[in-house]
Amino acid sequence: MVPLWAYLLVAAGLFCIGAYGVLSRRNAVAVLMGVELMLNAVNINLVAFWRYLSPLNMGGQAFVAFVFVVAAAEAAVGLAIIISVYRSRRSVIVEDVDIMKW
Amino acid sequence: MLEFNVQTLAFLLFSLFVLGGAAGVVTTRNLIHATLYLILSLFGVAGLFVLMSAPFLAVVQVVVYIGAIAILIVFAVMLTRSMTRLRDLYNHQWAASAVVAVLLFVLLAVGVILPVWGVNGAQTPTEVSDVVADTVELGKALVDRNQYVLPFELASLLLTAAMIGAIVVARDDE
Repeated sequence: MVPLWAYLLVAAGLFCIGAYGVLSRRNAVAVLMGVELMLNAVNINLVAFWRYLSPLNMGGQAFVAFVFVVAAAEAAVGLAIIISVYRSRRSVIVEDVDIMKW
Repeated sequence: MLEFNVQTLAFLLFSLFVLGGAAGVVTTRNLIHATLYLILSLFGVAGLFVLMSAPFLAVVQVVVYIGAIAILIVFAVMLTRSMTRLRDLYNHQWAASAVVAVLLFVLLAVGVILPVWGVNGAQTPTEVSDVVADTVELGKALVDRNQYVLPFELASLLLTAAMIGAIVVARDDE
């Protein structure tokens, strides 16, 4: 089988690419895509540790199922906020939405 | 190192999907194309789940992530039409973000590699069990009183709350 470290390296790479997207993109939808990539990196890690360290304890897979649920909720609410902001300000560029900046 | 067989080949292919798709997501100007790259990346993750003998999660990954979330993102991109192709792709802190991302990756990679090949590393691969709990076990665990039934119910509550919240937030107030 492919060793555990290979999966962990892929997950680390995916997480860092997602983090770069979140930090550097201007479009809020692209930022949300970066968040999805980071959540997927976490899921790879959870499943890999479940498979290699405790394949009989369902905690790893159950956790991934909950991450799916939270990711779906996050995407729905996040995109609703983006559409609402676009309706009122004609922009989804994150720097334009600074009304809560102190 | 990696031994060469069909499984390794599949792993490398899916990893290429995952990382290449992710790179496409963060570098493509046109957001519709970026979403297509995102779908490629999510599909690669589903393939990795299959390789790690988690078939149920792989199917949920395709149905929920590709079938629901990616389509939702496509809708959001199309509803914000004038923002699909921004002239400036990145904000002014993109260089600092790249440095942070690369440093984080180096840190994580060292943390992963060192226990395997370090001075006191476990050079020989540890034994991987062939006995794996299947989807039936996952289903039982999710509704077992002593395991995950409470988080499971809370998750359904969260989904309902998120759905109502999304409708209220995105509704047109005239």
